[in-house]
Amino acid sequence: MSDSDPALLSLRGIDKSFPGVKALQDVALRLRAGEVHALMGENGAGKSTLIKVLTGLYPRDAGSMRLAGQEISPASPRQAEALGISTVYQEVNLIPALSVAENICLGREPVKWGCIQWHQVRQRAVKALQRLGLQLDVTARLDTLPLALQQMVAIARALEIDAKVLVLDEPTSSLDEGEVEALFSLLRRLRGEGLGILLVTHFLDQVYAISDRITVLRNGRLVGEFLTAELPRLKLIGQMLGREPDAGQAAAAPSTDLTQVSRPVILETKAAGFRGGIQQLDLSLRAGQITGLAGLLGSGRTETARMLFGIDPATTGSIEIDGVAVPLDSPKAAIARGLAFCSEDRKREGIIPHLSVRENLILAMQAGRGPWKKAPLAQQTELAQRYIATLGIKTPSPETPIRNLSGGNQQKVLLARWLVMQPRLLILDEPTRGIDVGARAEIDRLIAQLSADGMAVLLISSELEEIVANSQSVTVLRDRRAVGHLQGSTISVAEIMKWIAHSGEEAA
Amino acid sequence: MRLLRRQHIPLLATVGMLIVLFSVASALYPGFASLRVVANLFSDNAFLGIVAVGMTFVILSGGIDLSVGAVLAFTTILIASLVGAGWHPLLAISVALVLGSGFGAAMGWLIHRFILPPFLVTLAGMFFARGMAFLVQAQSAVVSHPFYDALGDLRLQIGPKAYLPITALLFLLVVLVGIVIARRSRFGRAVYAIGGAEASALMMGLPVGRTKVRVYALSGFCASLGGVAATLYMGSGNPAMGSGLELDAIAAVVIGGTLLTGGVGSVFGTLAGVLIFGTIQSALVFDGRLNSWWLRIVIASLLLAFILLQKALARSASAHP
Repeated sequence: MSDSDPALLSLRGIDKSFPGVKALQDVALRLRAGEVHALMGENGAGKSTLIKVLTGLYPRDAGSMRLAGQEISPASPRQAEALGISTVYQEVNLIPALSVAENICLGREPVKWGCIQWHQVRQRAVKALQRLGLQLDVTARLDTLPLALQQMVAIARALEIDAKVLVLDEPTSSLDEGEVEALFSLLRRLRGEGLGILLVTHFLDQVYAISDRITVLRNGRLVGEFLTAELPRLKLIGQMLGREPDAGQAAAAPSTDLTQVSRPVILETKAAGFRGGIQQLDLSLRAGQITGLAGLLGSGRTETARMLFGIDPATTGSIEIDGVAVPLDSPKAAIARGLAFCSEDRKREGIIPHLSVRENLILAMQAGRGPWKKAPLAQQTELAQRYIATLGIKTPSPETPIRNLSGGNQQKVLLARWLVMQPRLLILDEPTRGIDVGARAEIDRLIAQLSADGMAVLLISSELEEIVANSQSVTVLRDRRAVGHLQGSTISVAEIMKWIAHSGEEAA
Repeated sequence: MRLLRRQHIPLLATVGMLIVLFSVASALYPGFASLRVVANLFSDNAFLGIVAVGMTFVILSGGIDLSVGAVLAFTTILIASLVGAGWHPLLAISVALVLGSGFGAAMGWLIHRFILPPFLVTLAGMFFARGMAFLVQAQSAVVSHPFYDALGDLRLQIGPKAYLPITALLFLLVVLVGIVIARRSRFGRAVYAIGGAEASALMMGLPVGRTKVRVYALSGFCASLGGVAATLYMGSGNPAMGSGLELDAIAAVVIGGTLLTGGVGSVFGTLAGVLIFGTIQSALVFDGRLNSWWLRIVIASLLLAFILLQKALARSASAHP
């Protein structure tokens, strides 16, 4: 059908194996100039591997790659860049301790007599950021910027060379709605300039908002290429999952349980806060109830979690557990009182990449027992196997290093790590970030199950739909303060947004 | 744009410490505050300083080089024995510098190619170079050659009775070149990037492997140049020289504000770190009553203080982004 189209980038018959896994088999991709092309697939579909082959991080085992008709074989990201293929990865891959300007120009700084011309570097950085509609102090260290701006800096860097192909791997997972819109209008402009844009994302809305074509992968194989306008959502999900999705399941919001109000309060904060984090927070977390914490980026969602878990202890107000004020001044104290926290930053604060699934899983339990009372290996393995089975963790064995697992499965191991502790209150910060549709539904189901078993859950998410679909009670944050509390049937995306927008001038 | 940034605090603390130490010594000991003492600071610590500049790059890249003291010793004895065998000193120096750089490059290649821990590779390198030094000649040997003596006598007058000898000039030159490389060359910036976040540096398309090899080559070069300075300073070569020098160099680099984890620091800071070493040493000599081991005790306290300072800064930075 489209074989006659002049493809800017065309991949054919790509194979890539890792020891024990066929990551890609006979995969093809055709990216045209002036289009946004979405690459979709479940965890383990091979999207990341394909991108790494394309950008030269992995050598391919077989197949051909052509860019503008020329056979190419980039052996490193540097070579791919030189060919005009620029990539922005999911996790911001920049150097935190260097300046914004330097991060944009690193490795291609203008030199004269072998000396870097810093004023030119700064000028180029300012120009590259202007193209994105941003004005920043380019001499500031990158790590002084919030994550969303760091992401924009990464995009500025990718566009700073004369790219023909721009690859964006989950570029929106750390952006709020306004920033996503800004990014998309930029992408539309770049598309107009004739750039080929390959976009990997898990957000269906975004795929339909921006992309022209969709290529779907499943289990390392090509499912097909579709025109976005001709592919209904349900069909797309069906292609990704390899089955017709059951339509009712996604939309079903949990029914309001009126008895919930009478459930015992496990943790209650009274005007609790800490400087630079969250202020005057009143929050009641009840057993058997999922409480959603909604708000824009920077509204104090994660800060609340960190305060409850004793990472950044409250300096004002009080926190009561079972009606008794307790000092939650360290994670250890929080764990001892039955709290558990899955951080939003899986890579840095969650998994220990080189340790096995089993070792990652028993970590919190072992820490509770102290270093001298090591749990017997048989017991560890038994635990690991039990949770691998109950949570449906896809791993070759409990002894597989966790870094070899997909994001969704890593997240399940982290959940299991805390479930072993049998916590009374589970705090989940962005539990489904960067995880695909199928695994997301499984994790949502799991959370509902835990709550039904009597656990109190605090669910933090930047996706309002996720909050609405899962929570029986929602607290809305704005500018580091709680501005609204919603219960049962009053919970809806529209209502939450109203609170965020107006901070509730008699909105209720 | 703020003039004072958080990341400058360690460097300012180092320079401040140097000024305080020098002022206290000047107040306590008459004659300490003189150009001659300053000139001696540079010449007495020239080979430590030269080695420390190379070490700065290695530590900035997130690595460590334990072989430098042994490479320095190897260089001194190699030059002494080659000149003794009738070679022209310039040829002997050139051979030594090439060998030192090549040795460093080889270690860097091993570290990069087989993803080996720098600590172990350079520990092996340290034993190897030390052994080779004794293999060349087991006893210390005088370097005697008219050209060498003339070279050793070169000096720059900077005041009445104050001279910067060639070793001090060499040290200053290395510091200057080091600053330019660190701040103004692509290689230098790649070193910072790799030390800051190696995986990101790779994804950003930086030549990670090549840079690592060059970092260790540079350190090897500095170590053998330090050896050259040592022979000029002492007029002899000794296979047992410079044991523990690598640790002094690491201490000077860390006191100079460079993070041992890499990615943050400066060559200028290392200069200040080396001068702090030198100032304490001179003060002890001026005092005359205190045992020279006090140098170690003071350095130990300073080192600890600086590590704590860096930790405190890192913590407050993460608490208030």
